[in-house]
Amino acid sequence: MPKTIEEINEKIRKGKAVCVTAEEMIGIVKDGGAKAAAAKVDVVTTGTFGPMCSSGALINTGHSTPKCKFQKAWLNGVPAYAGLAAVDLFIGATELSDDDPANTVFPGRFEYGGAHVIEDLIAGKDVELRAVSYGTDCYPRRELRTAINISDLNQATLLNPRNAYQNYSVAVNRDSKRVIYTYMGVLQPRMANANYCSAGQLSPLLKDPHYRTVGLGTRIFLGGTVGYVWGPGTQHNPSAPRADNGVPLTGAGTLAVMGDMKQMDAKYVRGASIVGYGISLAVGIGVPIPILDEDMARCTGVADEDLYALVVDYSTDYPNAVNAPIAKVSYAELKSGEIEVDGQTIPTAGLSSYARAREIAETLKGWIERGEFELTQPVEAMPGVDSGMAFHGIHERPPVQS
Amino acid sequence: MSENKTKEKRAERTETLVLTFPARLVREPITWRLTREHNLRVSIMRASISPDEQGHMVLELVGSAEDFDGGMAYLKEVGVNVEPLAREVHWLAEHCTHCTACVSACPTGALYVERETMDVDFDAAKCIGCGLCIPVCCYGAMEIKV
Repeated sequence: MPKTIEEINEKIRKGKAVCVTAEEMIGIVKDGGAKAAAAKVDVVTTGTFGPMCSSGALINTGHSTPKCKFQKAWLNGVPAYAGLAAVDLFIGATELSDDDPANTVFPGRFEYGGAHVIEDLIAGKDVELRAVSYGTDCYPRRELRTAINISDLNQATLLNPRNAYQNYSVAVNRDSKRVIYTYMGVLQPRMANANYCSAGQLSPLLKDPHYRTVGLGTRIFLGGTVGYVWGPGTQHNPSAPRADNGVPLTGAGTLAVMGDMKQMDAKYVRGASIVGYGISLAVGIGVPIPILDEDMARCTGVADEDLYALVVDYSTDYPNAVNAPIAKVSYAELKSGEIEVDGQTIPTAGLSSYARAREIAETLKGWIERGEFELTQPVEAMPGVDSGMAFHGIHERPPVQS
Repeated sequence: MSENKTKEKRAERTETLVLTFPARLVREPITWRLTREHNLRVSIMRASISPDEQGHMVLELVGSAEDFDGGMAYLKEVGVNVEPLAREVHWLAEHCTHCTACVSACPTGALYVERETMDVDFDAAKCIGCGLCIPVCCYGAMEIKV
């Protein structure tokens, strides 16, 4: 008899829901089987904390006196997008200051950018707003320079177009001499190190591989507070190759998420300076998975040894869109600290914090057990394998002649 | 007898030093003399020769106070520049997100993962101040003071 989300929420309200983290579910399914687990467990919580570059903050500062229609704006020297009405601004996570030398000064430290502005706002720090305008009759002010604080803003919404990647590659550098600086970290030549970026057995979309329970309107843990999924994220790719257990082997599904920054905790929303590459925002996300039936129990019970990623060369293959994975490794091997590829032992490092992922899954579990958090029924499903949706590149062609 | 040995051991000094020696000393067997003639136990942490043939070594030396003095006098005599390893690496735990990116960059395992909790931890005693972890940490959790 499959459960419904409404039945589960009824149990949550009565304090009777059985909620476990994805890690705990592994043992439950292994010991008693998926069928028994489905009868016993109501919700499995997942978690992840890692750099999620497609992130940003949408804020409304309110009007100055006299009023100003922001044409160009900067927050702590970092340009914010002002092409939205008069005093709405969008702060992109990867935006650099106008005078940031980037990697022209080798290798490039990228110490402060959009993501750090977002972290500072959430942390309650004052941020300098500077804006210029061509001035209109109704918004005559041409220049503005003031300190602002998140408590002064009318709205501050974290609006992330692509987060919580369903799996990702393991990055290596096959060049014989060059050290390379990538969003997957510093990669030493001759495959001297391998970096991965996933929470593995705690990762939200790895535990609901066919997006049966998550979609537009799913309530989640985001940045320390309650947030929501607003649809599939950019580059959502349900057609990625999958293992026999249905879990993708490469980056597949993505989530677009949102939440109120005024309720967030900067511990779970951190600016990241990726040496030689750029800036990103590390985001903490936790998705609750309702155990509707045996299939959901089986999916949420999969462990690191049965979750795989593909090793990809980032020196030549990745930049040139050459799809030539070198090896397939499990997350258990990756987390052990070393993997074997073609007879070579390679030390591994993660970019996604498993310790934080665990904390997030536990925190979300606590909210549910205390009746503080109910699950939602998605309003629109995420495109699945049947949709045929896939992820492709730009087909370059000459621009249209007028 | 064993009491004397204990007293001797207590009088031992342990120091990590940075040695710089000019090209003309490349053939001088410095570490051999420190161990054989001055009875010092040597651990070579780092050794390199710069393009202009200057030698640089980071050595950990252990020995009695007397042997240490002898060793330092010898180094001064032949013209080796000696400085204490003043580069201190600090792990700022409050900034750390425990992502583990630094762990494979650390050559001595001073930064390591506690595999049960997947927490990163820092064993300062193993740190040789190479500084490879500094740029690798995205969250400003590693800091170096020269």
